[in-house]
Amino acid sequence: MSEQKTTRDQPSLNVGKLIRWIAGILLLALIGWRVYQTAFIEGSYGPDTWMRFIIAGLIIGGMYSLIAIGYTLVYGILFMINFAHGEVMMLGAFGGYFIFELLASIKAPSVSDPNMNFLNAYPVISVLLAFIVGTVVSAVAGLLLERIAYRPLRKAPRLVPLISAIGASIFLQNAAQLLFGPQRRQYINPVILWRGTGWSIPVGDTTVLLTYTGTLSLVLSALLMIGLFLVVQKTRLGRSMRAVAENKQAAALMGIDVDDVIGKTFIISGVLAGAAGVMWGIHNGLFNHYVGFLPGIKAFTAAVLGGIGNIPGAMMGGMLLGLLESVGPAALGIDFQLKDVIAFTILILVLIFRPSGLLGEALSEEKV
Amino acid sequence: MMLEVENLNVYYGAIHALKGISFHLEEGEIVALIGANGAGKSTSLNTISGLLRANPGKIVFEGEDISQTPPQDVVMKGIIQVPEGRKIFARMTVMENLEMGAYTQPDRVKFEENLEAVYFRFPRLKERQKQLGGTLSGGEQQMLAMARGLMGNPRLLLLDEPSMGLAPILVEQIFEIIQSINEQGTSILLVEQNAQMALSIADRGYVLETGKTVLEGSGQELLHNPLVEEAYLGG
Repeated sequence: MSEQKTTRDQPSLNVGKLIRWIAGILLLALIGWRVYQTAFIEGSYGPDTWMRFIIAGLIIGGMYSLIAIGYTLVYGILFMINFAHGEVMMLGAFGGYFIFELLASIKAPSVSDPNMNFLNAYPVISVLLAFIVGTVVSAVAGLLLERIAYRPLRKAPRLVPLISAIGASIFLQNAAQLLFGPQRRQYINPVILWRGTGWSIPVGDTTVLLTYTGTLSLVLSALLMIGLFLVVQKTRLGRSMRAVAENKQAAALMGIDVDDVIGKTFIISGVLAGAAGVMWGIHNGLFNHYVGFLPGIKAFTAAVLGGIGNIPGAMMGGMLLGLLESVGPAALGIDFQLKDVIAFTILILVLIFRPSGLLGEALSEEKV
Repeated sequence: MMLEVENLNVYYGAIHALKGISFHLEEGEIVALIGANGAGKSTSLNTISGLLRANPGKIVFEGEDISQTPPQDVVMKGIIQVPEGRKIFARMTVMENLEMGAYTQPDRVKFEENLEAVYFRFPRLKERQKQLGGTLSGGEQQMLAMARGLMGNPRLLLLDEPSMGLAPILVEQIFEIIQSINEQGTSILLVEQNAQMALSIADRGYVLETGKTVLEGSGQELLHNPLVEEAYLGG
């Protein structure tokens, strides 16, 4: 029956495809011409500025990647988009913030400075603690989210948990606002991690600042991604996650506790999102209960860009999206505030031209 | 008695799929469940495996009621199902598939022993151990599915349509393997559309029809029963 259907739809499909591709090529040509104009003819920006854009893009891209992995892991196993994932990251940001506040209030007087606090006396431990608490908060949030908002709906039609996810997202945002207030808060980093401090890299006759906070974020993102890759590929838990993603019933017949694996998937997603939340706070400073919304939806874009369900795709998609939205406005010669437009334009273009994403495979029947 | 299934009722929503099926299996036996599509053969196996819940019904394995036991604990007790349509993990390598089969067996030494035994029985899998499961042929996938089942040290192996979609020569090979697995001490509950083959290797068999057990007897008896001949052996 399905064969008949495709045969009948073939002609119209081809025309649609042709139109899409012509439009795509025109669009690409337009973008190419625009980039050529701004970058080479007008030459508004020197190499140092481009480098600044690239560095900023990689740093934010690392955070997007971490969050995007959470979308992709959950999609791979439950075939649903966890739209509350940005809020999981937001809770992590609060977790790290309160640890910094707490440690800053603990006195740790030393001989040289009687007013020293714990945060500055032991900055490495403090940052570590912030990350640990932030990730634990997010992991617990992810786990509870699954138990309360998704597990009861496991057998419902696929639209239902999606609506539940959106509901959970709104709930968490408002709960955070009630608990912590609507005001913007600022991470007070240890002195050695002050924002705006870093290494100066000479580029031509100027220098480019590589901030300590950015370096920390980027290195930690990379480490977490390598760690995740090893867990998924090499461990018993990783194998059982892949088995559950492929076929829940067969996985259960191997003796895998499917519910347990799903819970652990949410924990891992939460850990990565929580780490991204703390990084966001340390690197960008200001945040409030809305902080998860935009990064969440952009990380979703990144996951779709890389191919939803595909872990290396999510990593690559996040990095690419970070770079494109950082370099994009300058390259296209448009307003910098339009960077969000770039991200969502990419989402729309990917959905039109390559819904399976850059690294994604064609969806199997089971998942459609 | 190793396995005793008594008055098994299973519903899919409002559909009454099993209407009081009863059968049993002694240790060391091959028991075949035969019947047409929709008779309830796979449903019976899935209920024993804990994927479906009996309502009501009793499943007793070695003196213990397992009708409310979750699937992973059923596997732990040594009841392992090789599902219909193989359901191997297509995006995992042959080796990883076998590791999944041994999921409940953390003992590394035992794992190596089982692996060697499985590779001895299915030499093709050894050649292809680094290949993705999805790249294997249908026959190789069936072998992988059975090998994966054996990796979990089954005491009772539930085989769901092992001959489905295979060329006749492979079907014979698979049935020889089933017999040899049984000779080495594993009890087997076999669900088959190919009643001829199934009954010829089975010690006993049951005929299911629309969710009920309608006939039972030794493999040979059923093979020569005129009703069975007419309905399932093509006259």
